[in-house]
Amino acid sequence: MSLLQVRDLSKAFGGVRAVDGIHFDLHEGELLAMIGPNGAGKSTTFNMVGGQLRASGGSIQLQGRELVGAKPRQICHLGVGRTFQIAATFASLTVLENTQMALLSHHKRLYHWWRPVRDQYREQALALLEQVGMAAHAERPCSELAYGDVKRVELAMALANDPRLLLMDEPTAGMGPQERNELMALTKRLVVERRMAVLFTEHSMDVVFAHADRMLVLARGRLIAEGDAHSIRNHPQVQQVYFGSGKTFERPPQEPQP
Amino acid sequence: MEFSALLAQLLNGLAEASSLFLVAAGLSLIFGVTRIVNFAHGSFYMLGLYVAYSTVEYLVGRLGPAGFWVGLVVAPVAVGAFGALVEIVLLRRIYKAPELFQLLGTFALVLVINDATLYLWGPEELLGRRAPGLAGSISLLGRQFPTYNLFLMVIGPLVLGLVWLLLARTRWGVLVRAATEDRQMLGALGVNQAWLFTAVFALGALLAGLGGAVQLPREPANLALDLRSIGDAFVVVVVGGMGSLPGAYLAALLIAEIKALCVGIGSVHVLGLDFSLSKLTLVVEFLVMAVVLVVRPWGLLGKPQAGSRNSAPAEAPLRPAGNGLRWVALVVFVALAALPLLQTWLPYASVLAQDVLVSVLFAVSLHFIMGPGGLHSFGHAAYFGLGAYGAGILLKVLTLPMPLAFTFAPLVAGLGALLFGWFCVRLSGVYLAMLTLAFSQIVWSVVFQWEAVTGGSNGLTGVWPAAWLGDTAYYYLTLVLVAASVLLVRRIVFSPFGYALRAARDSALRADAIGIDVMRVRWAAFVVAGLFAGLAGALFVFSKGGVSPDVMAVGKSVDGLVMVLLGGIQQLVGPLLGASVFSVLQDSIMRATDYWRAVFGGVILLLVLVFPHGIAGFFQGLGNAWARLAARKPALLPREKRA
Repeated sequence: MSLLQVRDLSKAFGGVRAVDGIHFDLHEGELLAMIGPNGAGKSTTFNMVGGQLRASGGSIQLQGRELVGAKPRQICHLGVGRTFQIAATFASLTVLENTQMALLSHHKRLYHWWRPVRDQYREQALALLEQVGMAAHAERPCSELAYGDVKRVELAMALANDPRLLLMDEPTAGMGPQERNELMALTKRLVVERRMAVLFTEHSMDVVFAHADRMLVLARGRLIAEGDAHSIRNHPQVQQVYFGSGKTFERPPQEPQP
Repeated sequence: MEFSALLAQLLNGLAEASSLFLVAAGLSLIFGVTRIVNFAHGSFYMLGLYVAYSTVEYLVGRLGPAGFWVGLVVAPVAVGAFGALVEIVLLRRIYKAPELFQLLGTFALVLVINDATLYLWGPEELLGRRAPGLAGSISLLGRQFPTYNLFLMVIGPLVLGLVWLLLARTRWGVLVRAATEDRQMLGALGVNQAWLFTAVFALGALLAGLGGAVQLPREPANLALDLRSIGDAFVVVVVGGMGSLPGAYLAALLIAEIKALCVGIGSVHVLGLDFSLSKLTLVVEFLVMAVVLVVRPWGLLGKPQAGSRNSAPAEAPLRPAGNGLRWVALVVFVALAALPLLQTWLPYASVLAQDVLVSVLFAVSLHFIMGPGGLHSFGHAAYFGLGAYGAGILLKVLTLPMPLAFTFAPLVAGLGALLFGWFCVRLSGVYLAMLTLAFSQIVWSVVFQWEAVTGGSNGLTGVWPAAWLGDTAYYYLTLVLVAASVLLVRRIVFSPFGYALRAARDSALRADAIGIDVMRVRWAAFVVAGLFAGLAGALFVFSKGGVSPDVMAVGKSVDGLVMVLLGGIQQLVGPLLGASVFSVLQDSIMRATDYWRAVFGGVILLLVLVFPHGIAGFFQGLGNAWARLAARKPALLPREKRA
């Protein structure tokens, strides 16, 4: 059985159907990319899986457990880690403390009020930072880091709860080409080592075609294509949406007009 | 009750709604554009009344009865001009400051304006003359109804219409609305915002002045009007939705009519108990506000606020105390412990030290939710008061022994925080500040009116410690408890709970995503802060031998804010420094001059303009600058050589 099953997922904002009945599966060990033009519904889908938005219809199941209706913190405890489009970390904490915080939350120690944080889960936190290549910066405040480094810290925090599924919203935005490829290679390694799965959105097609195992193409809230790099490249509808008629925001032609 | 009496009350409510609206409209307008919550708005209202009194007296002498109406027009214009001056001289310097500092800065203005009014017009109440032509009353269903109230009923909707036209139909109005929507974008389009802000502020002040001036025949000008009207105006604006004028009128109408109904219905008989609804008038507006904020967190017609773009810069990570700090703490503790031994030479020192210690604990408890928690409470005095009254009532009414009363008192405050905190942690920013203020007002009015138990305005007396805790022993108890509490709070800040609190403040989004229940963490912190504030209150009541409702008035909450900000909100030693300096200053200023409020206001203004990071922050900045200078010197030398 697949790790994540998304069935008939929809989200309406007033009259606008931002996501309109999409289906997909995600398997263990897989790096699945979600692409599509602006306004396709990528971030909306993402936020529904992460619990930041509540779906208007359909279901999202992680290993058979329903995520629709759960709060982000509950989804986290079910084994989903996530990073945000604009990296979110705790600016007044050091890199190490940020990671320790994620570990403390995972081990349900948030309401402990006596022992200082300083020497709790220190080794585990350093190990996580080592994995993302930030161990050397452990003692620096997060507010001082370069943006690419903040994203790595965020990744370490997202890994702290031993997630089965990692959601990454534009993981390489704001990074140079070299950094991008490094980060994605790292992600691929983590997926294999930890036997988890990654769902990510990305605007850089280089990154997607070089690193994703499989991809979903969204346009106007609908899933228009699904497959590996080769089949997506040659998919006529995808070509049309991205390059073809220039009418990105028209409804796909075969669809009945309302 | 009779229908006609009810109708008369409802009509009075309409007149009252107009007055509320005039003050609230200006406040809302100013907030919408400048994002400043103008505490001094009530002062403009008060000034409007005083200035109208003087201009009318002067002009009636010159022009006869027509002078009244001319005076009523001149006074608001004068207040508007004064508002423009205030904006140019003061507010322009604090637009970029963190929200909290803006509130404090305008609160300082309240103090300064109040003392200036005292100086110019004296302490006596001044009742203006009646309106020529509208002095009588008309008959409505057999009841007399003052004609002047009819005039008031009309003026609120009239002003609403005029301001709406101004905003909807003029170029200036379009700019104002654009600024309300997105200031930065407007600036990027090349609009000179400075004068736009000045004009809006002047208009807001003018409206408040008008609100005051039209009260001339109904209400004597007095010095308590500023805080009273600002309280009402806040409630109206928050209930209606910050920045929404129709919302403000709707809220004014709602509150005025509910109040009128309470007065009109009088007492009701429910389940064999008599409830006096008219006693509710003091608190009913705050009840309305609490209900509205919980159901509609942005007010009736308001929109969710965009996050403030000028919040304070990110805090530096916490460091455990170095050896230097530990030594200083120890020396201070020993010095404080030695004070009673010096009684012969410094008889007053340990009395002052007792007050300082209580203030320190109060400030530390407030800082815990404000600094690490990022929850700006404007009603923290409620928990101090609950602790003080809790102790007093347990001792006097339930006749518990003193040690037990003392022990349970903080729990009373903790229970209050448990209840109110549940509502408060659901909001943030200005709305949170207002809700905490509302709860403290509710507690205050309950204490004020429940005479049988709380002693009403006289408060409780004869609340003394047990005999074995005589003078010096009680001082030592205070010293030990305060020192232990300060260390404990510090311990908590460094623990996972304290970190979770700071994490939730830094990024609620990220905290949620790693599985932290943000609201529950904040709620727990609220209760912890309440417990410690309650302990401070209990220490206070037994040292003074009694307590009056003043300890939980708005002023006391603001004192707490000033202490925290004076010390520096980003440092853990901030509240200790701030509370000490504040208490000593207040003590010496109050004994030195009648105009202590103005001096105090001046000190706050100085703080806001010169030390935006507080005393502790100032010294840290000085230290950093010194370190930078020291580091730069060698680097400069080669460049000089090259030149």
